This record gives sequence, structure tokens and C-alpha cells, in this order.
Amino acid sequence: MSTRLAKGGRLINRTAPVEFSFNGKRFKGFQGDSLAAGLLANDQVMVGRSFKYHRPRGIVSSGPEEPNALVNLGQGGRLEPNQRTTTTELFEGLESTSQNHWPSLEFDVGVVNNYVARFLPAGFYYKTFMHPRPFWKHVFEPIIRRSAGLGMAPTEGDADRYEQAYAFCDVLVIGAGVAGLLAAKAAADAGQRVILLEQAPTLGGRAPVDETEVQGKPVEAWLSAMESDLAARDNVTIHTRTCGFGVYDHGYVLADERVADHTPGDGRPKHRLWRIRAGRIVSATGAIERPLSFAGNDIPGVMLASAVRDYVVNYAVSPGDRTVVVTNNDSAYQTALALKAAGLDVPAILDARETATGALPEAARAAGIRVLTGKAIAKVKGGKRVTGVTICAQAGEGAVQEEIACEAVAMSGGWSPVVHLWSHCGGKLTWDETISAFVPDPSRPPLNHDGSAMVEVVGSASGDLTLTGTPTVIPPVWVMPQGAPIAYRNKMWLDYQNDVKVSDVQLASREGYVSVEHTKRYTTLGMATDQGKLSNINGLAVLADSLGQEIPQVGTTTFRPPYTPVTIGALAGESRGDVFQPLRRTPMHEAHEKAGAYFEPVGLWRRPYCFPRAGETHEQAVHREVINTRQNLGLLDASTLGKIIVKGPDAGKFLDMLYTGVMSTLPVGKCRYGLMCNEQGFLSDDGVVARIDEDTWLCHTTSGGADRIHGWMEDWLQCEWWDWKVYTANVTEQYAQVAVVGPNARKLLQVLGGMDVSRETLPFMQWADGTLAGFPVRVYRISFSGELSYEIAVPASHGAAFWAACHEAGKALGAMSYGTECLHVMRAEKGFIMIGDETDGTVIPQDLGLDWAISKKKSDFLGKRGQERSFLASPDRWKLVGFETLDGSVIPDGSYIVADGVNANGQRNTQGRVTSTYHSPTLKRGIAMGLLHHGPARMGDVVEFNTVAGGTVKAKVRDTVFFDKDGEKQNV
Amino acid sequence: MSDPVSALNGASFQGFAAIREIGPLGMITLRAKGLKSLDKAVKAVTGTKLPAQRRIEVNGDRACGWMSPDEYLLVLPYADVAPALASLAKSLAGEHYLAVDVSDARAVFRVEGHRAAEVLQKLSPVDFGTLEPGELRRSRTAQVAAAMWQQDQGFTLVCFRSVAKYVFDLLANASH
Amino acid sequence: MLILECPYCGVKAEETELSPGYEAHLKRFGPGSSPEEFEAYMFARKNPKGVHFERWRHSFGCGKWFLAARDTATLEVFGTYPAQVSEPPADIIAKIQARRPDWKGTK
Repeated sequence: MSTRLAKGGRLINRTAPVEFSFNGKRFKGFQGDSLAAGLLANDQVMVGRSFKYHRPRGIVSSGPEEPNALVNLGQGGRLEPNQRTTTTELFEGLESTSQNHWPSLEFDVGVVNNYVARFLPAGFYYKTFMHPRPFWKHVFEPIIRRSAGLGMAPTEGDADRYEQAYAFCDVLVIGAGVAGLLAAKAAADAGQRVILLEQAPTLGGRAPVDETEVQGKPVEAWLSAMESDLAARDNVTIHTRTCGFGVYDHGYVLADERVADHTPGDGRPKHRLWRIRAGRIVSATGAIERPLSFAGNDIPGVMLASAVRDYVVNYAVSPGDRTVVVTNNDSAYQTALALKAAGLDVPAILDARETATGALPEAARAAGIRVLTGKAIAKVKGGKRVTGVTICAQAGEGAVQEEIACEAVAMSGGWSPVVHLWSHCGGKLTWDETISAFVPDPSRPPLNHDGSAMVEVVGSASGDLTLTGTPTVIPPVWVMPQGAPIAYRNKMWLDYQNDVKVSDVQLASREGYVSVEHTKRYTTLGMATDQGKLSNINGLAVLADSLGQEIPQVGTTTFRPPYTPVTIGALAGESRGDVFQPLRRTPMHEAHEKAGAYFEPVGLWRRPYCFPRAGETHEQAVHREVINTRQNLGLLDASTLGKIIVKGPDAGKFLDMLYTGVMSTLPVGKCRYGLMCNEQGFLSDDGVVARIDEDTWLCHTTSGGADRIHGWMEDWLQCEWWDWKVYTANVTEQYAQVAVVGPNARKLLQVLGGMDVSRETLPFMQWADGTLAGFPVRVYRISFSGELSYEIAVPASHGAAFWAACHEAGKALGAMSYGTECLHVMRAEKGFIMIGDETDGTVIPQDLGLDWAISKKKSDFLGKRGQERSFLASPDRWKLVGFETLDGSVIPDGSYIVADGVNANGQRNTQGRVTSTYHSPTLKRGIAMGLLHHGPARMGDVVEFNTVAGGTVKAKVRDTVFFDKDGEKQNV
Repeated sequence: MSDPVSALNGASFQGFAAIREIGPLGMITLRAKGLKSLDKAVKAVTGTKLPAQRRIEVNGDRACGWMSPDEYLLVLPYADVAPALASLAKSLAGEHYLAVDVSDARAVFRVEGHRAAEVLQKLSPVDFGTLEPGELRRSRTAQVAAAMWQQDQGFTLVCFRSVAKYVFDLLANASH
Repeated sequence: MLILECPYCGVKAEETELSPGYEAHLKRFGPGSSPEEFEAYMFARKNPKGVHFERWRHSFGCGKWFLAARDTATLEVFGTYPAQVSEPPADIIAKIQARRPDWKGTK
């Protein structure tokens, strides 16, 4: 059984016991333990079930490469699935549960898949669930979906908060092993700003476990001297528990700091996502040990040799009393020596090589350990845990020579440098025959903004696997034994997490998958949450062998960030809840909230849609607002309307290019409606322009269009007409704007008092500066409703007070707030177009009957050439008309006008569509505008609109002005 | 008429740094370039010289910041904006320029305390380690535009008025 | 994520502070132009693998449009320059030629 040793454990604090649970069982561990160490210390060897076959699985590794030992961590708002026990730090009260089984870890129904495994080969789903077609949607997919997926998705919102932070440095070192520490020190010595990231809670990497000396000093002493040296420097920042998981263009690196994973609920953010911009990146990410492919290499108790050593040395955890070591290189001998030093039994070291004569093998022999060369594991015995191994010759086909009882197997198939960060931005790899691994090719690095190398790789990540001063040689051993029969290859796992075996990859190659990228997707090799950290090299070696190619010819799959999974919370950072996105509020926003407004988004603005009263539906509120505005007085918060100042000697000329009409001739003090088109000629924005003085204009844009149109103006001024003397300023937010609308509008202004707003002094389409109730105002006599209407601009910091003053003074005049829907209904009753309703980016002003707003005299304006194109000038375009349903109903939004016959797809032909459709409370019937083929020539025709239910509704074609055709109401 | 009210009416939050909304502050956007009379015109309003690229010249409660090669931000007491605009109009008469009151279009925050930079570091892609005193940096604060500079043991941050609550919530959140 | 130095304010801005404006040095064709000219102006965009000239706006900064010469494959930036030019300045061309001797030029 696995257990805690009486002595040792460099990372644990035996004076600080910690209680935690696994599947409801209470366990004891120590501060400094990983969850995996804590589980092993309590003889919890089996920790999960595999994804596809539901085989029992145990802890394989001691780091982020762990494929098996994933658990659900925490509960409720802190439940996180798929947490790697090997990198989870133990804390008091930690709760974990295993994954992928039903009803229990010990007894799992899904394991039936294991017994039918030979019917579930690579590509099983593709092959099986193709026919009959309807079965996929209704039968296969629901079943597969239920059994797929690792862990449980949380059902509650995340109880924690996350944040992001930006950081800048000259040199970013990722990985604080010996190589990383030396690189950081060298850069710091050179006076550079250095950031050093380490994914583990402590510095030093593998050195304290694998080495005795560094630079001639005892390793622990060297390490603590280095740590204090770096910590004392102003130009070095060290972040532990921080995984640099992705390298992006121009020295951009993302790193995930696990701030409070081990101290949940202490008020700190759970994770902090660092967004680092580095002048140069040093990848000191080390190497990961590879498993060996032998039958039963997934049985709980089979672990990486380096992991066994880590558990013994770092955590004083024994994987079992008797551990067989199996290897193709010297490094695993250290494990045997460490086990021996801890008083544990190593019955044998099985070395696939014909000879093993290095210092470490000799030391193992000297320690009395039985070393068998040229040997392999034929098969691991056991089910839910290892009970023994059978031994065969590596060169043979698996004939069993001996059986050894043991509780654990420590395997080493060599080491793969962690080249991910080198490769994320295009660093190229080369195959190193000496260590049988892909290593970074320094002559083909990822490039920075200036064309220089962006990433440098140091230490074992570069392929330098020197151990205790001796360079490592790793012969290729991809299958054990090399002539293993199918029965063995069927039980040799490459990818533990996705249950991909040697036989699956061989099948894929037989079925014609010759590209490693295709094989990956077909077999799902390396596609699990561990991204194939253990499996990829072994898998492509098997593929290369099956294809009869060399490994470098087959190549690797693409390395993509993130190196380890990153929780969505860290990526979202602060952007959740109230600050998910910026909501723009007008100065009157609070007043609207108090008045019970129902808001709708208009771009990022929130505008009142209507102001429902107690017991009113939104529809009833809108109708009341329309009737009241038409009969008495309505007040609209129009602050969101875009307002752009355009000033300069060439401003008139500029506006004549921007608008389809002429603005240069607009007299000071007057207003004019204008249209803006893009260069294709399509209508892009509209609004009223006011001439402020000789060389200043104020352009109103739509609410959603202010920033876009301001940017559009600046684009033309900066990039095309840069010699024109024009300045612009977006003053949208400087003013709160209130539309005072209705028969009592003028009366309200007179009650407020302070300026003459009479018909004579301030006629329609003019503006005037003055004061109202003491507020400094600019009053525009314009109307979007057909009523007598003033739009009054006040400085935003007086907006709320002015709004309140209008309501107060308007009480006796029947003043009511109205919202955007009332505005829409009233403008539709008057046949006024709305950008985004009547336009969709393919509509030209001529389609909307707005020819009157297009200058015939101007030789050029933006969009003029576009509109001259034959299909835009064609008489066959759909054009704007009004519609009245025969039965008075409201045409559905988005409805099309059907025509005879069907198109090539068998769909009903169309001849037009509705663009605005409302119930008019004024006319007590449905009204609509829409685009119709030859529309203006078809007045009085009856056409049919399709409906949601599938039928049609008949409507009569008419003009677009439904109400007060002669404008008598607005011109009083 | 009532007193002018800033976007959040002086909201504040105490975290590991102190966040407070200040204002209303007088602000003028001045667009002009290469005018002989520009130095004098600005000096008459703010008492400062014309700032160099990305600099802000501070003089008590007045300041002039460089916003772009042809744009300056003049900061002054709210009540002094109208006379300042009149002064600019006089100094720059006949020249091509644009001066507009933007006092009400903005919200202004102070982030104070020795860890103030840590708050801003979480929201803006700006290297505060190399941002010099008197340097005005325009960037974004999370998802919205902002301008910021170091002043009196802290930072001043200017954003648009409509997003004042968003920015305040961000700053408070980041100073937890 | 790219970094481009704004030639107006000197800020080394990261991509999130910028807005892309696509191909640079387009010549506008207005009324009177042929369908072919207008089509070229409106729609025919270069999409080279290699040296390319682009418009960028320092939108979360000084608000100015500038132009950038960069390699679309390696993301090497040869330089940025103000937008008030109709073709790339000589020093930018020289930098590109120094780094990409095989480059065929802008035509």
C-alpha cells in the first residue's frame, strides 16, 4: 500500500496537519502536500475512471502533465471540475470527488465499455453513428452527450472573483528551475527589468530532487542564496504559483497566477491573469518524463519514475513497499536509489537497453539493487492497483521469463523538453537523435516585432538533459517489448485521458491516416485537457513506425496556448456582473430608474423604452405615452443623440462632401436635415445640422452613431483631405438634451421662462441660445414626432435638475415622460425613417424616397459615385411605401411580401419586406412602412405579408405619412 | 438654476488605495496647431507653458495637457470656463482653432495612496513603472477610453461622463 | 498581439489600443471614374503574405490615423508613419529593402 514515510519530505510541514476529504472519506495530510501526495499518503491509489472505457486510474505524475488524477474540487459556487490533484495544494477542509463513474468509483457501470473495447476502436463514432441519419439527432447524440465530458459542470455562479493585471519587463523568464534562476540573475545583473514566473509554489524546479550540487554548492544552500539574492533586487519580480501558459506576437505572454486556490474565501481574487509584455522571453520550462508503452501501463500504481522520486523526496510518500523500475535511460535509477534510501524495496530495475554502465546504474548495483538489462515488462498484473509484473526480453515478442510481485511500477521512457512556449509563435523544432526528442532549433526562432528572436530556451527545455553532470542518452523505445502481439498492444495506453492505445494509432495508419494532424483528430490522441503532454511523442513515434517513416518526417501537431487549462473566470477577469461591459448612462438615468423606466440597450447606452405605471403592460404604457404626447405634453431624454462640432474655414466644404445635401449654404441660426452615405452609396446616418456661426456647424447624429460618425469625419480629414482647415470635436456628452413635445410644448417653455420661443422668434428648423428657468440652454425647434417640439440642450451637470424642472413646471400641462418606443411609433405615424430600421447597409436614400435630400448640383460627395452604379440606379429596386392592413392588424416584424411562384430552392418568391411596423394608438390600427418592388407606382394595390403562423396578412399600399400630412401640428 | 453636479456626485471608495470622484472640473478641448499666438493664449488661461508631446503642465488648480499633435486639454476651475473661452477667442482671433467646453462631458477620478499604480495596472495596458511624473497617458481603462497622469501622490484619471459609474466600479473592484 | 508605435504621440501601443483600417495608400475614385477604377478603389484589396501597408487608428490614445509597414507572415514591423502621404516614405522603403531583399515593391 502507498503510505506516509516516518521521515523526510522537504516540502511538507509535519507540525501543520491538514484534514481533507475525497469522495466523502476524511483524510489527513500536511501543509505543503499536493492533493495527490495527500491521497497517496492515505493509500488512495485509484482516484478516477478513464473517459471512454471507465478503467480504474491512479496518479501517474507529480505535475501539470497529469492525465488521470483529475477531480471535482469544492462545492456549490466553488465547484471546479477537472482539477489536477498533482498541482492542487492541500488546505484545511478541501473537498474532492472523483469523476467519470456511476454509481461509484469502486463499482462503475460504464466499465462495461472496457469489456467491449474491441468494438470501440479509433473512429468508432464516425463509423457507427452515420446511419440511419435521423438516429444521430434523436438517439445517438443524446446518449453520447450524457456519457461524454469530464467532471461535473457547476450549477451555481462562481463565488470567487478574478482579476487581470498588465506587466512590462525587458526579460521574462518562465520557469524557476536552476536554468531559469540563472537566466533571471544574468539579466538582472545586466540591469534589465526581469519578471520570473514559476508555476509551483516553490522555486528550484527538479534540482532539489535530482541533484546534490549546483555550481559546486549543496543544492538547498545554492537555492536559498539565489532566492534571497533575487528577492533583494528592485529590478526582479518573482511570481510563484504562476503558469506562463501562452506566448503571443510581439513579446506578449499570458500567465495565470493561482492567488487563492489554496486559501479559498480569504477575500483575495482566486486567480490573476497577467498580461505581460516582454522585450525578450526566456523559456526555462524543463522537460517532462515520458511513459513507456507496455501492457497494463495504466493500472493504478504505474507512475512516472520522476514522480515516484518526487513523492518520496518532496512529500515523504511511499507509492508502495515494493516498486519495480522500468526504463530506457539512466535517470530512473535515481528513483530506485531514492526508494532504497527511504528504506523501501526495489525488487528489480528493468532496463530496455542491452547495457547500462553509467554512474547511476553502477550506484544502483552498488546499493544492491538487481539490475536487469535488455528486459521489458510483458504485462502489469492487477486491476484496481498493481500487484506485480511479468518480465520478458525487450527484443522479443513478450514470452514471460519471470514474474515479480510489487505494488508500484516506476517507468521512464525518456524526457521530452517542454517546447510549447517556443512553439506557440512559430519557433521550429528539430529531432535530437541522442535524446530521442524534439528540441528547439535556435536557428529558427519565433520572431519579435523587429525580426529578432523573441524566445530563448535554456536548460532541459532546450534539450540539455545533463543530470548530475552527465549528458543523458535516450535510445528510442516506443513499444515494450518491441515485438509485442496485438493482445499486448491493445492494453498499451498512449493517451490515458482520452483512452487512446497503441493499437488505435496503428489502426488509424492502416486506415490511411498518414498525417499526424488527421490521426490526432481521428483517434483523439492528445486532444484531452492535458493536451497530450505525456502521449504526443509516443503516439507519433508509433504512427511513424506504422507508416514506415522517420519521426521528424511525421512531425508534431501544432502547439497552441494555453499550456495548461485556464479557468474561464481568469480570462473574463473583472468583466462580470456590474462591470461586464460599460453601460452608458445619461445625466437623467437615476431619475428614470426612480420613475420605474423599462430600459432598452441602444449601443452601450441604456435608454428608457417606456415608463410603465402600476398595472400597465409595456404596450399599454407606450400607447398612453403616444396619446398624451399628441394631446398634451411629452418629455423625452434625448441626451444620447450624437453632437459633433465641425469648425474651420473649410468646414462648409467638408460637410458638403460628407452629407448628400448642401450644408455650406445653411444660414447661421438655422437647422437642416441631412443624410450621410458610405462610399458605396448606402445610407449610413442621418440627423439635423445646425449652423452655429460663420465657420462652425453642429452635426447631430443618431444615438448609436456618434462615435462612428466622429471617427468617419476624422478619417477623411486626416487621411484624405489633410490640407483642409477643419477641426471636429465630439461634444455628445457635454449636453443633456430634453425633447419637449406636444401641443403644450411652448407653454411649458413659457412657464420655465427666460427666452422668447414664440412662433415668430423661433420658427420651425431654427435654434436659439438663452436661458430657461435660469438654466443656460440651446433650444432647437425641430421635430421627430410631427408635434410642436423643442429639443433643449443644457450642460450635462445640470441635466438631472433641468429634467426635474421640466416635470415640475409641466404638471399642470399634462407632462409625462416618454420612451424610445413611443418615439418610434410617433415617427412611424409621420413616415420618418429610422437608421437601422429602414436601412440595413444595402439601402440608398433614393430607395426611401429621400431624393429631395440629395443635391443634384454637387459634383461630388461621399457615396455619389457608388450610387451611380447601374444596379443602384435601376428602377427595379424595392422602394419605400406605407402599408395599411385590411383588417387593421399589425404586420409581424421582419415579414416579407410574397410574390407568385417559388425560387430555385423551392422557397416562395418575395417582392418586398416590412421595415417598421407598429400599432398606432393615434389611428387605432396597425401601420407599417416597407420596401416594395416598384412601390411608389403601386398605390392602392393589395399585397400579402407572410406571418409567423405560416399564413399571410393582406395590406394596402399607401404613402408613408399616416398622420397630419400637411404638418399643421408642428408648425403652430 | 442649481449647482452643477458631477456624474457620481463625489462618490468615493477606500480599498488598498483611495478612489474618489472629483469635480465638476472645468475642461476645455483646444484644437490648434502651429499658431504663433498659441503659447500666449494658453498661458493666459492656465498660466502654464504649452506642453510638449505627452506632457501635462500643472499650475495649481489649472493645467494644460498634450492630447495629440493638434489637441490640448485645459483644466481649470468649473466657473472659469466661460471667461477662459472668451480669452482664447480674443487671443486666437482670426486663427484656425477650435475651443469647446467639455467640462460636463467628463468624469474625473483621483486614485491615491502608495499602491495607487497597482489599481490602474489592473485596468490599463500601460507601463506605470516607466510613466514619468508629468506624463499624460491616453489609453483605455478596461473597455473605455481614459487619460491619466501622476499628480500629488496619486493619479488623476479622466473618462467620459456616461461611463463614470462603470469606471468607478472598476477602480473600486481593482482596489479590493 | 501586435505593438505599433504611434508616430504622432510616440506611444508603443498594443493592439487593444488601436483600431485596424485595412489597406493603406488607396486612391479615392469619385464621380466620373470608370467602373474598373471604382471597383479597384472599393473592393480590390491586396492580401499579401509578406510586406503589407496598413492603416491603423490610435483610437484609445491620440485618435490619429497612422500607417504601418509590416510583414503579414512574420509580423515584423518595418516602421510606422503619419497618414498624410500618398505612398510609403523613402526611409520605410529602405528599411523594407534591407530586411527583404527579394521584395518586389509596392506596385
